[in-house]
Amino acid sequence: MATQTKPSTEGFWSFANPSKFMGFANRTIPALAITTLIALAAGMFMVLNAPEDYQQGSSVLIMFVHVPAAWLSMMIYTVMACSAVGTIVWRHPLADVSLRAAAPLGAVFTFLALVTGSLWGKPMWGTWWEWDARMTSVLILLIIYLGLIALSRAFEEPAEGAQPLAIMTLTGFIIVPVIKFSVNWWNTLHQPASVMRFDRPAMDAAFLYPLLVMAIGYSLLFFTLHFMSMRNEILGRRIRTMKIANAQEGR
Amino acid sequence: MFGKYASFVVPAYALSMLALAIVIVRIRVIYRQRLAELNALEMAGAGRRSAKKK
Repeated sequence: MATQTKPSTEGFWSFANPSKFMGFANRTIPALAITTLIALAAGMFMVLNAPEDYQQGSSVLIMFVHVPAAWLSMMIYTVMACSAVGTIVWRHPLADVSLRAAAPLGAVFTFLALVTGSLWGKPMWGTWWEWDARMTSVLILLIIYLGLIALSRAFEEPAEGAQPLAIMTLTGFIIVPVIKFSVNWWNTLHQPASVMRFDRPAMDAAFLYPLLVMAIGYSLLFFTLHFMSMRNEILGRRIRTMKIANAQEGR
Repeated sequence: MFGKYASFVVPAYALSMLALAIVIVRIRVIYRQRLAELNALEMAGAGRRSAKKK
């Protein structure tokens, strides 16, 4: 006699229900926040004990906030592109919630990557800004983020804007590989990749380990803030639904 | 502490901390506002569609 078994993915997919996600987020956010604080505190301890670079002197300290912000600017867009696929293929409302919640965070980290890069560039290159391929492509990424934020707020009904927003997000994803490989494809003032290379990282362990711990701390911070923003977006939609229901019932 | 490039290092860290602190506070304020608004609506008798089905 055959027995019916539930699909093994049901447990995972149950979190795609906004109500269940709220419960999951409420339980997860405090633990994520504590882990983020520990990672960032450990990272800052390692940064403050890192030696000065023999060429760049103490300006190398800027790397520990610039590089994680730059990595996140691309990672967050990749998260948004995955969410856009979820919206287009499965038309899942939580995917749209994820995309909308991530966009402002991506814009902030991209802005920080540009500003800290500029603060690093002035003493090392003698200029605040250069229209080279890496810097220009990151500036384009910031403009794309701002455009997507504007588009997400242009529709009164979130469901109406989900598909156009997802399509525009996927179209803009072309900028991510351009940013990554810009230093290889073009002759840029910006240095080539030092950590994410096909061979071993071209960086001493005294700088590499603090950088990796800071990158983990920044990534955990993003996931904490993303869950918090998703929770806000779901609450906003519930309020909107209840207000419409009230208006229809003439309260 | 930050060597001869302190005038570049300190603003980089200060700006990063300030921007991230503003984001954290903003998200928390919005959460509290929306939770309060939702509670007020529920107290006023408005129910969610999913709650009414039960």
